[in-house]
Amino acid sequence: MSDTELRPKHIGARVKRVEDPRLLTGQGGFADDRISPSALHIAFRRSDHAHAVIAGIETKAAAAVPGVFALYTSNDLHGLVAPVRATSRMRNYHPTDVYPLAHGKVRYVGEPVVAVLAENRYVAEDALDLIEIAYQPLPAVIDPATAVEEASPILHEEAGTNILASREFARGDAELDMTAAAIRVGGRFRFWRKTPLAIENRAAIGEWDRGRRTLTLTLTTQIPGIVRDLLADILDMAGHRIRVVASDVGGGFGGKASLYPEEILVAALTKKLGRAVRWTSDRLEDLASTSQGFDEIVDAELGVDAAGRIVALTAEVVGDVGANSIYPWTAALEPTQVISFLPGPYRVPAYRGHVRAVATNKAPMGPYRGVGRPISTFVMERLVDMAARRLVVDPAELRRRNLVREDEFPYRVASGIVWDRSAFIETLDSACAAIDYPKLRREQASARASGRLYGVGIATYAELTGIGSRISAAPGMPINTGTETATIRLDSTGAVTANFGIASHGQGLETTLAQVIADELGARFDDIQIVHGDSSAVAHGTGTYASRSAVLAGGAATQASRLLKEKLVRAASHLLEAAVEDIDVADGRVFVAGTDRSLTLREIAKAVYSEMGRLPPDAREEMEVTKLYDPVFGTTSSATHIAALEIDPKTYKVTIHRYVVAEDCGRVINPMIVDGQIHGGVAQGIGAALYEEIIYDETGQLLTATLADYVIPSAGEVPSIETIHLDTESPSTLGGFRGMGEGGTIGAPAAIANALADALAPLGIEIFELPMTPERLFRLIEAAKAKGA
Amino acid sequence: MTERHLVKTTVNGVEYERTVEPRLLLSDFLRQELGLTGTHVGCEHGVCGACTVLIDGHSARACLFLAVQADGSRIETVEGLGEVNDLSPLQEAFREHHALQCGFCTPGMLMTCVDLLRKSRLATDAEIRDGLSGNLCRCTGYEHVVRAVRAMAAKR
Repeated sequence: MSDTELRPKHIGARVKRVEDPRLLTGQGGFADDRISPSALHIAFRRSDHAHAVIAGIETKAAAAVPGVFALYTSNDLHGLVAPVRATSRMRNYHPTDVYPLAHGKVRYVGEPVVAVLAENRYVAEDALDLIEIAYQPLPAVIDPATAVEEASPILHEEAGTNILASREFARGDAELDMTAAAIRVGGRFRFWRKTPLAIENRAAIGEWDRGRRTLTLTLTTQIPGIVRDLLADILDMAGHRIRVVASDVGGGFGGKASLYPEEILVAALTKKLGRAVRWTSDRLEDLASTSQGFDEIVDAELGVDAAGRIVALTAEVVGDVGANSIYPWTAALEPTQVISFLPGPYRVPAYRGHVRAVATNKAPMGPYRGVGRPISTFVMERLVDMAARRLVVDPAELRRRNLVREDEFPYRVASGIVWDRSAFIETLDSACAAIDYPKLRREQASARASGRLYGVGIATYAELTGIGSRISAAPGMPINTGTETATIRLDSTGAVTANFGIASHGQGLETTLAQVIADELGARFDDIQIVHGDSSAVAHGTGTYASRSAVLAGGAATQASRLLKEKLVRAASHLLEAAVEDIDVADGRVFVAGTDRSLTLREIAKAVYSEMGRLPPDAREEMEVTKLYDPVFGTTSSATHIAALEIDPKTYKVTIHRYVVAEDCGRVINPMIVDGQIHGGVAQGIGAALYEEIIYDETGQLLTATLADYVIPSAGEVPSIETIHLDTESPSTLGGFRGMGEGGTIGAPAAIANALADALAPLGIEIFELPMTPERLFRLIEAAKAKGA
Repeated sequence: MTERHLVKTTVNGVEYERTVEPRLLLSDFLRQELGLTGTHVGCEHGVCGACTVLIDGHSARACLFLAVQADGSRIETVEGLGEVNDLSPLQEAFREHHALQCGFCTPGMLMTCVDLLRKSRLATDAEIRDGLSGNLCRCTGYEHVVRAVRAMAAKR
């Protein structure tokens, strides 16, 4: 066989997904699809107060409803399950206790207070209405800007403050250098609260094996391993007696990457009652109680010299983290990432960023696709455009002057993050070339000349992906998210099974990891099965989040495949009577180079496992390898987005005419899947920029509790998105892969904000907040007109 | 005790008879009474479209329909389209164009597309996007769904 035939065939190819046939035929295994005969169904009576002491709960009438089995309040759980606490080594951090049911007081509308267990969900919901809860209302803490003040009412008395975390990053004397800047631009930026909104609502199905005293929890989760480990602690059970399964999960985006009170309750009651207990939430529960994200106030200023070089950057950030510090990520995760990543892909010689994470009476904040970086990118890219306008320099050109250049890598950002090497300038140039930037500017000029509100916006960003063990995915969090395990096995039938700790939920990792293994091991793609989303798959696993899975699991798969291949070759050297140097594996065959002598993996398996005497006893190795992979630091992914859009001056509807993404996600495993991730990420970024906003009124009532009120983009609101893959191998990861699950959502809000500001530039309008809904556009334009008149 | 009602329906060509509470949603009827869990439930207020099925040939939200209303009707769900090893051309087009990621909205999306391909012109991407606008997908950004439908529309 020639060398060309041995080159990777699957990595880089547009391989159709393994997952699709079952999902396309309705044969997937989503949590609520799980059949559990005679299960008890849970419905939650949730708080309708934002902040109140629970004075009394009366459940007698509810308990009398035919078909109701039991009701539970927090007092009934005493001794059954310990509260959960997201700890951190971070200084200035105050953890909060999270109970399965509200304990003593409620802190947000939608917090579970009473659980009803009944023969079906209809009956359980009937009983909810008969529960009487006496509340003593407390002042609601809603505005994060006042929640940070000492005079504010406090959510967590034991913390003594609403500021659950604070942190500062500094390089040089930013304030001093700022005074020397030729121009200074800045202001107060506001990114309003979002929710991840997976189409599948959260669900948990607990089953108890009475004979073996084991718990199986089928869960809508991205983190089955983390949930298993925590449940083992709080239920005081050995890990092998708990199995957390997330076979098919209907989208996560971070919203299923935290541990929830309802999940703990289902697990605890399944164990206590010794029978199946299940809960499937509805959309109201999702909007009111799934973790929310992206809620920051950023006071930022950028100083630039006369030549257009950035000299200083400062930021004061308040992140609204809602009612609790979420497990396991803590309240620090999202707001801290805003100041960690604010300098972006630029040379910023002097920086000071300070952040406070403040508790309010809203649903807890958790990770949402991009985590902090959609906000940091929005602010930094707005500042760069504002500076470009002041300097009368094209925004693309000002970026070129400040982006970290090839010869400057590795580049250490003021917050300590290191950009190993990534195609910052190349993504900008590629995106400009793809959209024909000069022509686009000419088109804009003629549109503007005819009075149209037409704008072009650029956003360039960098993100740290595939983070290894040296850096916790959340600051100071005592959970190792930086390693991934692969166990790859050739069984006695010649089939290959690869187990991981990841939990794919749309990313297509059953396909991409099989592509990696097919190339590295030499097995046939169709003979490889990927096992994931199951806490029992490997000894330690966490899950899929933070753009880690292709990098970490891909690396672990590569290492384990190579070692298993060596074992195959050693066995084959006996069977084929050839030197190991002369043997290779490809397409499911082990062969002697330059000959027609070969064996299939099935024949090797039979010889090793079953056909005694074919191998010397000491040559019969176990055909299984387990390897951990740890990229230690991680690697840099980057992209440039360019949007061209138009605002209808009558309806204030925004139409996106063109959208281009040029990205560097390293070596591409499957370009079709990368495209899909970018499209979906950009769609969420468009939602964040133009439509989506979780709104609580001043008393803490949730006003966006249906999909008619919380508006996500439909097919009509998302343009066709053009993608360019630079395919530059990462120098820092095995296989050269970089993470790319979140990038679309990181770049899009900034690109759209800049395009809106560009469209409105003739009116002297800058964009300081998102989403820029038609109502906000109307107000901005009316105010500008009034000022002009 | 609420009076229960007999419901006779034909689902994917198979006749079923069940006695149900009048308030039982068609989505719950399909999933829980008949075990056809391919039809998914995303919002239960008629916005997301995940539960879309065909009732007497017209796409409808199973979460806005009561099982008793379906008495005497002919229902088509995703389970009737094709098999894992024998996908329908529409399912194959979704696979070819990567028109699904997590797959949760997919059954409803497919049933909407079946209806669109039977009845609508779909001559432009704008018409396709308009046709898909009642089905929310949070994963794909719709581009690949549009491509799959475009390919199918061209083949008609």
